[in-house]
Amino acid sequence: MPLIKSGAIVDDPWRFPAEDTPLPETGPVAVSFNRWRREKAALLARGKPLGLLLTSNDAAEDIATDIAEFDLIALSFPTFQDGRPYSMARLVRERHGYTGELRATGDVSRDQFLFMYRCGFDAFEVADGDAIEDWLRAVSEISIWYQPTTDPRGTLATLRHQHPTVG
Amino acid sequence: MYRYDEFDQAFVRQRVAQFRDQVARRLSGELSEDQFKPLRLMNGLYLQLHAYMLRVAIPYGTFSSRQMRRLADISRDYDRGYGHFTTRQNIQFNWSKLEDVPNILAALAEVEMHAIQTSGNCIRNVTADPFSGAAADEIEDARIWCEIIRQWSTLHPEFSFLPRKFKIAVNGAAEDRAALRVHDIGLQVKQNDAGEIGFEVMVGGGQGRTPMIAKTIRSFLPKEELLSYLESILRVYNLLGRRDNKYKARIKILVHELGAEALTALVEHEWQQLREGYVNLPDAELSRIACYFAPPDFEETAGTDSGLDKARRANSGFERWLERNVNVHKQPGYAIVTISLKPEGGVPGDIDARQMETVADLAQRFSHDELRATYQQNLLLPHVRKRDLYDVWSLLAAHRLAEPNNGLIGDIIACPGMDYCSLATARSIPVARSISRRFDNLARQKDIGDLRLNISGCINACGHHHVGNIGILGLEKKGAENYQITLGGRSDKDAAIGEIIGPAFSAEEIADAVETVIDTYLDLRRPGERFVDAYARLGRDPFKERLYATH
Repeated sequence: MPLIKSGAIVDDPWRFPAEDTPLPETGPVAVSFNRWRREKAALLARGKPLGLLLTSNDAAEDIATDIAEFDLIALSFPTFQDGRPYSMARLVRERHGYTGELRATGDVSRDQFLFMYRCGFDAFEVADGDAIEDWLRAVSEISIWYQPTTDPRGTLATLRHQHPTVG
Repeated sequence: MYRYDEFDQAFVRQRVAQFRDQVARRLSGELSEDQFKPLRLMNGLYLQLHAYMLRVAIPYGTFSSRQMRRLADISRDYDRGYGHFTTRQNIQFNWSKLEDVPNILAALAEVEMHAIQTSGNCIRNVTADPFSGAAADEIEDARIWCEIIRQWSTLHPEFSFLPRKFKIAVNGAAEDRAALRVHDIGLQVKQNDAGEIGFEVMVGGGQGRTPMIAKTIRSFLPKEELLSYLESILRVYNLLGRRDNKYKARIKILVHELGAEALTALVEHEWQQLREGYVNLPDAELSRIACYFAPPDFEETAGTDSGLDKARRANSGFERWLERNVNVHKQPGYAIVTISLKPEGGVPGDIDARQMETVADLAQRFSHDELRATYQQNLLLPHVRKRDLYDVWSLLAAHRLAEPNNGLIGDIIACPGMDYCSLATARSIPVARSISRRFDNLARQKDIGDLRLNISGCINACGHHHVGNIGILGLEKKGAENYQITLGGRSDKDAAIGEIIGPAFSAEEIADAVETVIDTYLDLRRPGERFVDAYARLGRDPFKERLYATH
């Protein structure tokens, strides 16, 4: 699937081996939370880069102590209506201090990009390689935000009071 | 009232442009109806039986004459010359064309209005006591906090795909006029022993097919920490609320399944972590918002010679209206005026374009340019000088807006029902009209006294039948409309869900059945006893006996 990162389509170096297949000998690999728990020693011995693929049923706090081990955390949207990954993304970023790639996978489309981006996602697996233009447009459609999240753009409450003529 | 600054204005314009693009993609076929549905719902656009219906937000029910005039223009230019006020202090237009909707939204944005989050599985338009800023029993104006919640919840990136819709109400006075206990979150402003202002936080109320009364999960929350606490509740709900069955997806089910104590523990645990480092609103922003809700420039001498007594003696119609539709104001010399949208035999909550303009004129001339939409589907002029009341009444009466039935049996709450709604299983409007005609005698209505009669056209309970003193629920049975009666419901401080009284009645029988309930009450009440109190004392049996013995 095409991958959008930093505003461009990029090659995806990561592999996501199925639950019961052996890990490739080299290269970046991402595993489920269960596999991480089961094969933690082997995965750590294999070395970095190491990634994790979480479902909506996993809990962000269960990986809190291990979070520095991962270079990729992928959160899967089973359907676009499932909003749990938005909370998980903020928890991983804001509470557990994760700074690596945070990827949205599954049912991901342009009308969610903005919300995802605001919650800390910085990589997006999309069905369609043409989606890059949609992505660029979607994340700039709204430039004003009322809530503080991880997005580097300031919130309105801050902006207003930097502005000498307002308030 | 709140005014947009350049940032708020730019934001709604961007949102209109974003939705214009989404509509264009739908019209070109790039988006299927299935893909478009969640997008239109996040902007208040429903596909009903006959047309698209656009629900426009009136945040916490407060608006101005300019905004009301724009609603009148929209109803003429894009609809059929009328609108419908809802129990959530919003207005709906029933006959929208999809291709017009972006232009309607642009017209709304020009007067600082929008349709953001009036539907969909997100935090809905926040509601409040319509007497806010005018109530004699007010602790603090709820609208300050409603506006803060409105801004915080607007396109909230984390909470735009919740398990189900989410409704928050705020009440700033001693009496609960915001139906807090049937909301997902109800916030009651209160003062603690140290004199500090905060909130009692109630969670998990709601109606629909599983009606529940909210539980208090925190008896006092310092007001500065409101947003971090709300964010904690919403996060727990977003992560743990059921997503397997839409009928079990509201937070009330989570509260019910976990228990209030366990839910409280989860919320408090989340909050303890979240509040550290949470960016509370800067003081400057808090006071900026609060300033917009400062009391208007009241005239200190407004009450000295109101001339009311003379006018009252001269005109019994005016006197009846004063008794029912005028409430005490916190400022001496002023009053709160209810504009009834419940004329005899009318459609509850409906208002035509000319009436909208009349109301706008009155707000501008007599009420510091402020209007309110109420939970009971009426309107209010919140700040009227007593000496202007006679003029206000005369003008309202000339436009069929002075029915003196506020809080009486003719003041019916009803959903649009099967005349419009694609979810309905029965019609509500004809039932409301027939009951309204049956009790057309105002002296009789007055004798019956305070009574809330609510009608829903299906189990989703948009007409709040569960909390009507008399509730009517329209159902479909073997192709015919049937109406079930519940008694004893209420939405105030002592909120209760009405009890089903027995088998349902046909459309032809329902007005008779309501009359039997009323006659039973009149026969059995003690002097001065309200219907709801008599029912609490007597219970179901005497009503049931009379209803089904004669049936």
